[in-house]
Amino acid sequence: MHQSHPQTTNAAVQQLHDSVLAFLQENVPGAVISSHIDYDFPLFILEKSHTIDALAALKSAQSMEFSFLTTMCGIHYPENKGAEFALMYQLHNMPLNKRIRIKTFMASNDLTMPTVTHIWRASNWMEREAFDFYGFRFSGHPDLRRILNMDEMTYHPLRKEYPLEDAGRHDKEDKYFGR
Amino acid sequence: MSINVNIREEFKPEGLEGAGFFATSLDKVVGLARANSLWPLPFATSCCGIEFMATMASHYDLARFGSERLSFSPRQADLLMVMGTISKKMGPILRQVYEQMAEPKWVLSMGACASTGGIFDTYSVLQGIDRIIPVDVYIPGCPPRPEQVLDGILKIQELARNEGVQRRKSPEYKAMLDQYGLQ
Repeated sequence: MHQSHPQTTNAAVQQLHDSVLAFLQENVPGAVISSHIDYDFPLFILEKSHTIDALAALKSAQSMEFSFLTTMCGIHYPENKGAEFALMYQLHNMPLNKRIRIKTFMASNDLTMPTVTHIWRASNWMEREAFDFYGFRFSGHPDLRRILNMDEMTYHPLRKEYPLEDAGRHDKEDKYFGR
Repeated sequence: MSINVNIREEFKPEGLEGAGFFATSLDKVVGLARANSLWPLPFATSCCGIEFMATMASHYDLARFGSERLSFSPRQADLLMVMGTISKKMGPILRQVYEQMAEPKWVLSMGACASTGGIFDTYSVLQGIDRIIPVDVYIPGCPPRPEQVLDGILKIQELARNEGVQRRKSPEYKAMLDQYGLQ
């Protein structure tokens, strides 16, 4: 499912990729499924059950020090059967200004993921957003409510499973606009 | 640029005039007073709000029409000006603001978003504020020019001038509020 992305020639990025990969393979064995460099960004696809351990290690290890969670979000790949949903974490090593991206895939009937609020408190609202828009359940989250949509909403609107527009609508036909 | 609006002559009500006095009905006096001293509550959420700021500033000068005093408390406002995209989540807040205003009150919906949802035909945006509160005047445009805002305010003034003191107590008015579930 991963198309060929333009490969970078930046040696520093390649070195960052190699060092993080070696760190993960040594400290969280079995976590890395695959990795590549995506638009100057080292990207690591992790096993779901090892993801939290890997994230915690990347933050706490002296050699890594990814102390800042820049962003995280949910993604829906409806055509990727068996692993339709993904969570993406983007980490930043502030002292060295190094950035990496972590992805983990899960099936649509298993959207429960442990929270990372105890690792980065910034993830509190980001996880609420991922819950709001995609329906991920973050176990251990202190306050898992919708954050942007109205509480009465009964669905998760950014899933790619809804028609763009109600096919029964007639109020926007050309004849009403003189076209 | 000069716009000559001779309010005094144009809107002078029918009545008896003599040396030092002018007699007319109470309805008309109250209408004149209300129309020329509207206190708007600006509920501005996006670009329409910017056009409204231009309308309030010296060039277009809404103060010429008796509305120089914006009220940021709904309790003292006569006119709710809704300017911009209203999300469904903001709907109950807008409704609460409307409910807090004292009678008589008018609502002006400025621009495509407030009136119909505009280009934001999507799950999170209210498709027109008239789904939750009654609207007196709609201003079309995306965003409307300040001249259109002035025209909308003048239309509100016309409503205020001619509505009379009994309308808000009429069964028709109550029935209209009931449609919206308001009291």
